[in-house]
Amino acid sequence: MVARRAASSFLSRRGLLLPRPPADSLLRADSARRSLPGAVYRFSTAPAATADEEPIKPPVEVKYTQLLINGNFVDAASGRTFPTVDPRTGEVIARVAEGDAEDIDRAVAAARRAFDEGPWPRMTAYERCRVLLRFADLMERHNDEIAALESWDGGKPLEQSAGGEVPMAARCMRYYAGWADKIHGMVVPADGPHHVQVLREPIGVAGQIIPWNFPLLMFAWKVGPALACGNAVVLKTAEQTPLSALYVASLLHEAGLPDGVLNVVPGFGPTAGAALCSHMGVDKLAFTGSTGTGKIILELAARSNLKPVTLELGGKSPFIVMDDADVDQAVELAHRALFFNQGQCCCAGSRTFVHESVYDEFVEKSKARAQRRVVGDPFKKGVEQGPQIDGQQFKKILGYVKSGVDSGATLVTGGERVGSRGFYIQPTVFADVEDEMKIAQEEIFGPIQSILKFREVGEVVRRANATQYGLAAGVFTRSLDTANAVARALRVGTVWVNCYDVFDAAIPFGGYKMSGVGREKGAYSLGNYLQTKAVVAPLRDPAWL
Amino acid sequence: MHTGKTFETRDPRTGEVIAKIAEGDKADIDLAVKAAREAFDNGPWPRMPGCARARIMHRFADLVDQHVEELAALDTVDAGKLFLMGKMMDIPGGANLLRYYAGAADKIHGETLKMARPLHGYTLKEPVGVVGHIVPWNYPTTMFFFKVSPALAAGCTMVVKPAEQTPLSALFYAHLAKEAGIPDGVLNVVPGFGPTAGAAMASHMDVDKISFTGSTEVGRLVMQAAAMSNLKPVSLELGGKSPVIVFDDADVDMAVNLVNMATYMNKGEICVAGTRIYVQEGIYDAFVKKSVELAKKSVVGDPFNPNVHQGPQVDKDQYEKVLKYIDVGKSEGATLLTGGKPCSDKGYYIEPTIFTNVTDDMAIAQEEIFGPVMALMKFKTVEEVIQKANSTRYGLAAGVVTKNIDTMNTVSRSVRSGVVWVNCYFAFDPDAPFGGCKMSGFGKDMGTDALEKYLHTKTVVTPLYNTPWL
Repeated sequence: MVARRAASSFLSRRGLLLPRPPADSLLRADSARRSLPGAVYRFSTAPAATADEEPIKPPVEVKYTQLLINGNFVDAASGRTFPTVDPRTGEVIARVAEGDAEDIDRAVAAARRAFDEGPWPRMTAYERCRVLLRFADLMERHNDEIAALESWDGGKPLEQSAGGEVPMAARCMRYYAGWADKIHGMVVPADGPHHVQVLREPIGVAGQIIPWNFPLLMFAWKVGPALACGNAVVLKTAEQTPLSALYVASLLHEAGLPDGVLNVVPGFGPTAGAALCSHMGVDKLAFTGSTGTGKIILELAARSNLKPVTLELGGKSPFIVMDDADVDQAVELAHRALFFNQGQCCCAGSRTFVHESVYDEFVEKSKARAQRRVVGDPFKKGVEQGPQIDGQQFKKILGYVKSGVDSGATLVTGGERVGSRGFYIQPTVFADVEDEMKIAQEEIFGPIQSILKFREVGEVVRRANATQYGLAAGVFTRSLDTANAVARALRVGTVWVNCYDVFDAAIPFGGYKMSGVGREKGAYSLGNYLQTKAVVAPLRDPAWL
Repeated sequence: MHTGKTFETRDPRTGEVIAKIAEGDKADIDLAVKAAREAFDNGPWPRMPGCARARIMHRFADLVDQHVEELAALDTVDAGKLFLMGKMMDIPGGANLLRYYAGAADKIHGETLKMARPLHGYTLKEPVGVVGHIVPWNYPTTMFFFKVSPALAAGCTMVVKPAEQTPLSALFYAHLAKEAGIPDGVLNVVPGFGPTAGAAMASHMDVDKISFTGSTEVGRLVMQAAAMSNLKPVSLELGGKSPVIVFDDADVDMAVNLVNMATYMNKGEICVAGTRIYVQEGIYDAFVKKSVELAKKSVVGDPFNPNVHQGPQVDKDQYEKVLKYIDVGKSEGATLLTGGKPCSDKGYYIEPTIFTNVTDDMAIAQEEIFGPVMALMKFKTVEEVIQKANSTRYGLAAGVVTKNIDTMNTVSRSVRSGVVWVNCYFAFDPDAPFGGCKMSGFGKDMGTDALEKYLHTKTVVTPLYNTPWL
C-alpha cells in the first residue's frame, strides 16, 4: 500500500500533472502539437507493443464507490455491488454499489424532500450561484485526480481528460452559476385590462441518466443547469463509468450543496434507469445515450406520469469536404472528427463525404494519418487513442469491420485488434463506401472512418440528410455562400464550418429527428429545468395598456 | 498628475483634511483616455472571451471582500457614511454586483433574424469602446460598481472620474483591479473636479460613451458637452423628489418606519430618497404623531459608532444648502414639527427634520434638498394622489404602502417613475434595472439592461442562395 502511494506521488511529480490550455475545444488537448500541416508527428511503428506493455498505474485512489443519497454515501439496499473495469486490461478497478428500484425510491424521496421542504429552492439565486462557483473552484483544484479517474474508468487519454474535459466541466458549472440569478420571465401585454406576469419556476425533481463516453462532461451538462435553476436531482451514471461522478458529487457537497439536492445512483439501465424513468415522483427526465434506449426512456416516461423528457441520442454525422477545401486541413479535421475519444462520440463525423476532385488525395492522406495515430495506454504521454470502453463495444466494432469488408468497401488501413489485452482497435479507414452499406448507415461508435465520394452540392446535401439521425455535421469550404446554404440545408442540430467538436458553454447542442429531442448547453438548457407559470390579475383604471 | 496640483479631501465629522489628492485636469483626462483607447483598440481586454473577463472580475470581487473594513472606513471618513452599513452592505454589495456582471459577461447575445427577403441577417453586440464614468459622492463604492461592472463585462475600457468629495475608495478599487489582473489601461481613475476633469471627459472626442450619476443641473451640462463634441451617447441618473404614498389600509407603524428610512437613510443624500410623503387622511394624524416621535429618537453622530443612525452631511456646501432649504420651508409657510437645526458646531450634522402643511407648489416640495428633510402631506383619493405624485419634473422612484392588490396595480402603473417600491423601499437588487424618467434621467443601471449602455448593436447581412427555408 505504501509502495503504491509512493509510486502514485512519484508519477504525479513526473509530469502526469499537465499544463492546462484554454479548454474551448475538446480537440485542443492534442492540437497544440498538431496544428500545422507538415509538423513532425510522433511515429509509433509498433502500437501493438505500446498496448501490451504493463499498464501505467493511475495516480489516483478510488475513494467513493457507494450511492450518494441525501448527503451520505451508502450501500445499495440489496447490498449488491458490480465491478467497474479498466478497459486497458479488462481487470476490475473497484466494486461499486449497485443501485436498483429501492435505491431509486430512496434517492427520489430525498430529492423530493430537498425540493419541497429544503433550503435549496428557497435560497436566493445568488447563494446558489456561489455554491456552484465554489464547486468549480474545487474541481479545478482536484483537476488531475478527477482526470485520472476519468481516464482509468473510461480509457480516454489522460491529456484529453486533464487538459480538456475536466476544465470544460468546471467551465460549464461557472457558466450556469452565472445564469442562476438572471432567470427571467416576461411581463406580457394583455389584450385588455389585465396585468400579466410569467414566472419561470424550478421544475422540481429531475432524473438524469448519463452515458459512459464523457462521464464527467455529461455530469456537468446535466447537473449544471438543473441546479442553477433551483431543482433537485437524481443522477444515474453509466455502469461502465460510475467513478468520477461520485467523486465530484462529494466536492459539490463540500462546496455547500444541501443534502438531498444531488443524489447519485450507480447502476444498470434496465433496473435503476427504468425505475427512475417510471417514477411518479420525478418531474423531468434527461437522457444521453443510444437511440434505442432513448425510445424506451420516452415510453416509460409516457406510461408513468408524462414527465417531460429531453434526449441526446446517436448520430451518423456527415463531414463534407468541398472542392475548394484545403485538403491537408480537411484531412486532419476529418480524422479528429471521427477518431476523437476512440470514435465514441454521439456526434462523430462518421460519414466523410469528399468531393471527387480531391477524393484520391484525401483518401491517401487519411490513410497516412490513421497509420500515424498513436494507440496505447491512455496514461502514457503522446497517446491519442486508448482502448474501447468494454468487450461488448469491442466485439460490435470488429463486427462492423467485417460488414464493411463484406459489403465491398475498400479497407484502406487498420481493421484489426491491437495487442492481446484490453479493448484496443487499430484506427481503421474504409474508402469507396456507398450509402446503403451498413457502415454508412448504422452508428458504429468506434475508430472506423468511412469515406464516400460525391460530385456536387445538391447531391451531397440530399445524401447527408438521408438518415434517421440528425445530430451534427461538418462543412469544409472557403465559400461564404456555400457555407450559408449548406448550413441551412442540413437537417442537424449543429453545423461546424471549417471546424469540428467546438463545445463552448453557450452553444446549444442537440439533435434533429432520431438524434434527440431538446437542447443542452447555453441558455437553451435552462428551459429544460424550468416550469412556466402565468399570473394574471385585472387592472382597474390603468394609465396605459 | 500632469500639473502636480493636488486638492484636499475632508472628513465631514470635523471638517478637517484627510489627505491631499492629485488633481486631474484636462491633460490628465487626455492621457487616461489615450490609455483606455490603446487598451481597447489593441489590448487584450475586448479580445478575451467573456468567460476570461469573468474570471478576472471574480478575482476583483474576492479582493474587495478581503479588504471590506479598509474600504468601508475610507467611505466613512470621506463621505460620512455609516461604517457598519458600509461593511455589511455597501462594500459587499459592490462585490456582489461585480459577480453578477461577471456571470453575464459570457451571455451577451446577438440574434439571428427573420428577414423578409432571401437574406441571412444577424446582430452582434459589440463593446462600445472607451467609456467615461462620472461617479457621485453619496455612494462612492456602490456607484463605482454600478458603472464599472457592466462596462467591464461588456469588454469596454474606461476612465472613472470620482467626485472630488470622495476620491479615496475609487483609487483603492483601481489598485485592487490591477491586482486582480485587469490589464493596464482598462480601468483608469482620475480624481478631479467637474468643471475641469469632468467637462474634459464629457467633451472628449475620443470617448465613446458617458455614464453620469449626479445632479440634474450637471447632467444637463454633461449632455450638452457630449452633443457639442462627438455626439457620444449619454446615460444620466439624476435627482429625484420621490413620493411615498401611504394608503389608510396600511399598518401605521410599518409605514412610519418605512417612511423614516426612505427620507433619512444616508442622511437624505440619496437620489431616490422618499421626501414627499403623501398620507391618506384616515391615518394622517396618527402617522404624523408617530413620525415625529421616531424622528426625535434618531441618533445623529459619529458614523463609526455602530449605535448611530445618521452621520454628517458630506461637506460644508451641502450642509449649508440643506439649512437654507429649511429656512425657505419656514418662510414659505410650512409648519416645522421637529428638527430644523444643526446638531453640533463641529462637522456637518443636521437634525432629522419634518415639515407638515406643505403644498405641492412650495420649493421644499418641488426641489431636491438632498438632506434629512421630510415633507408630510395629506390626501383623500387615489386619483388625487397620483396626480400630485406626478406633479414634479422628476421621475426617479416612488413608494406605495397598501395591502390592496387593485390599488397597488393601479398606482404602480400610474406613477411616472423609474422604480416603484411596494411595501418596501430601497429594494435595490443586482437583477433589477434602475433608472429614472423625465428629468431624473434616462438609461438603466443594474440588471441585464445596464449592459445595453456599454454595447452597440451591429447588424450583419448577406444574401442567401438556394435556401430550403426563409
